[in-house]
Amino acid sequence: MTGDKPTDDKPTGDKPTDDKPLGEGSLEAKPAEERSVADKSLHDQSIIVSDDPGPLPPHQDLDVVDVREGMFGVSGSGDTSGYGGLVRRVAVPGSTDRPYGGWFDAAADRLWGALASTGVSDALAKVVVHRGEITFHVHREHLLPVMQNLRDDPGLRFEFCSGVSGVHFPGEAGAELHAVYHLLSMTHNRRVRVEVSCPDDDPHIPSVVGVYPTNDWHERETFDFFGIVFDGHPALTRIQMPDDWPGHPQRKDYPLGGIPVEYKGATIPPPDERRAYN
Amino acid sequence: MTDTTQSAGTRHGDPYATGQDTTTGKVFTVTGQDWDSVVSGVDLEADERVVVNMGPQHPSTHGVLRLILELDGETVQELRLGVGFLHTGIEKNMEYRNWVQGVTFCTRMDYLAPFSNEAAYSMACERLLDIEHDIPEKAQVMRVLLLELNRISSHLVAIATGGLEIGALTVMTIGFREREICLDLFELITGLRMNHAFIRPGGVAQDMPPGALEQIHEFVRLMKKRLPEYADLCNANPVFRARLVDVGYLDLAGCLALGASGPILRATGHDWDLRKRQPYLGYETYDFEVVTWDSCDSYGRFRIRVEEMWQSLRIVEQCAERLQGLEDAPVMIGDKKIAWPSQLAVGSDGIGNSLDHIRHIMGESMEALIHHFKLVTEGFRVPTGQAYVPLESPRGELGCHVVSDGGTRPYRAHFRDPSFAHLQCAPAMSEGGQVADVIVAVASIDPVMGGVDR
Repeated sequence: MTGDKPTDDKPTGDKPTDDKPLGEGSLEAKPAEERSVADKSLHDQSIIVSDDPGPLPPHQDLDVVDVREGMFGVSGSGDTSGYGGLVRRVAVPGSTDRPYGGWFDAAADRLWGALASTGVSDALAKVVVHRGEITFHVHREHLLPVMQNLRDDPGLRFEFCSGVSGVHFPGEAGAELHAVYHLLSMTHNRRVRVEVSCPDDDPHIPSVVGVYPTNDWHERETFDFFGIVFDGHPALTRIQMPDDWPGHPQRKDYPLGGIPVEYKGATIPPPDERRAYN
Repeated sequence: MTDTTQSAGTRHGDPYATGQDTTTGKVFTVTGQDWDSVVSGVDLEADERVVVNMGPQHPSTHGVLRLILELDGETVQELRLGVGFLHTGIEKNMEYRNWVQGVTFCTRMDYLAPFSNEAAYSMACERLLDIEHDIPEKAQVMRVLLLELNRISSHLVAIATGGLEIGALTVMTIGFREREICLDLFELITGLRMNHAFIRPGGVAQDMPPGALEQIHEFVRLMKKRLPEYADLCNANPVFRARLVDVGYLDLAGCLALGASGPILRATGHDWDLRKRQPYLGYETYDFEVVTWDSCDSYGRFRIRVEEMWQSLRIVEQCAERLQGLEDAPVMIGDKKIAWPSQLAVGSDGIGNSLDHIRHIMGESMEALIHHFKLVTEGFRVPTGQAYVPLESPRGELGCHVVSDGGTRPYRAHFRDPSFAHLQCAPAMSEGGQVADVIVAVASIDPVMGGVDR
């Protein structure tokens, strides 16, 4: 950990997420020392990358959400390059310890207090501070009281909801589907993010349309694209895709589609079948 | 079966229909049983309700928007909207292209404000890369310049099409006349009139071309002469006012509940503008005012848009002034592992990679060749995490939520488009009003279906 930006004291708590496959070129704005800390052979050909993310700020850990193998999308072939043995762990910024920095601590305390006064004590799974943004990970059964308090408590007063966005992590067992809400407090000029997850085989999250009516269409969109069922939504129907469309297109297991294109004798495969570096 | 039958029944001494006192209104002779509830269940008023399907190809629906109106005479009882006709899967497509290529896709969403899409996406990408503070000053100034020129061109279309829809054809023709000059400027600076893909993670694609600053000054001069025409044509025009004043009413509570921002929110008197409240790209260093109006109606939104063009002109002037002192300054981040390597130049055989760059990578620097090759074939990697970057697009809060899994492509890119949120306000603005006012209300929202459907 040399030569990088000095450990700054802003409330970001970012860390070098070390997920670089071995042998990949120096394409990240981070010095080489930080990158491949744990290139150790697991068995025969496997090389684990980013097993150990290297030196981290002491107050944040990483959550592994996925494990990928191989490279370039090739599998089942007689791999002689060695890339097929790559194992890459996708680790996202995890729980952050206090102090979060800035107004984050005061807002979190306020939310804790407001929730406790309504009899909810274990609503929050974790709090992540990363890149200057704070994320409250909320258990889905407590989403409504959290949102209600975030909106109504005078010390929080997040009166503007920018909608909900879905994210699909097929490798995160038991929490494959995430719903991410972005809230804005015009009163205090602050933003927070609220994240809820649900398993793929029980894709239910309570609807917050009663608290933020603007989420009507946003929840329909997230249902349309991810199949998350927002319980209590007044009319949860598809909004972008046709009503009889099979599947939920933004999920990772839904193919992009496309056909190979021939140009001057060479054939270019569709985008989702091209060589992938992830 | 009206009162004539009833009087006939009485005349003939009908034993089952005696004792009817009523002689006016609807009177039914079927009596003696419990038919009252049945009769009241047949709502004759309902027959007069008409369901009208407006769009998706109606010229005054601002693109492929479907309005389903339930009308009682001329009064709108219910309004429902159908969207999705322009859904092209841009967000899904971005997951299969590298981070820089994503700009090429997201610029096509809100096609009247392409620079806002590009800037939000690029800034979100830069936040994840943690290079927000390393973007060269000239790139920031050029971004502001383009965003503000874009605000002018977008507001011009909003006013022009809004005028067209209420029959003010001259407002349309002069609006598109001025927009054309804006697009000429875009073409000069970025090479394209639309779909620029010019603002990229790390900076902007190209330096200012020679002669651009003079063109900008010429544009500002011309606009200062022509912008008053809109005020002269519309502000006090009794027909214009009769169509817009108190139409499409949405107050502050409605705006907050329905997630309305931009001119709709500022028409309630709330001076919420992200450029002032949560400045990005150095907006805090520019001198401009946030325009508000306190009528909550379509007329207020129109006045705000006209006045915002004046404010944008002020910012454009300040940008041009700063660019004068930034000649030959870099427009892309210095980090060669992120910056798109080549600059375009006009050669003997047309535009292409600059010969200086070719000479550099082929003859001088092995590392530069490697960077070029890796960036072009694979792209740069972005650390894991997520970021949400909002900015004040001409229509309101445009937010970009990106999630990275540490790879060379966005794991997920979601855009909170203001048009999408604002269209939900249309029923609140229109129900209970006249059917002709629906057109005005939707025009004052200024939805762009490319952004709504993405």
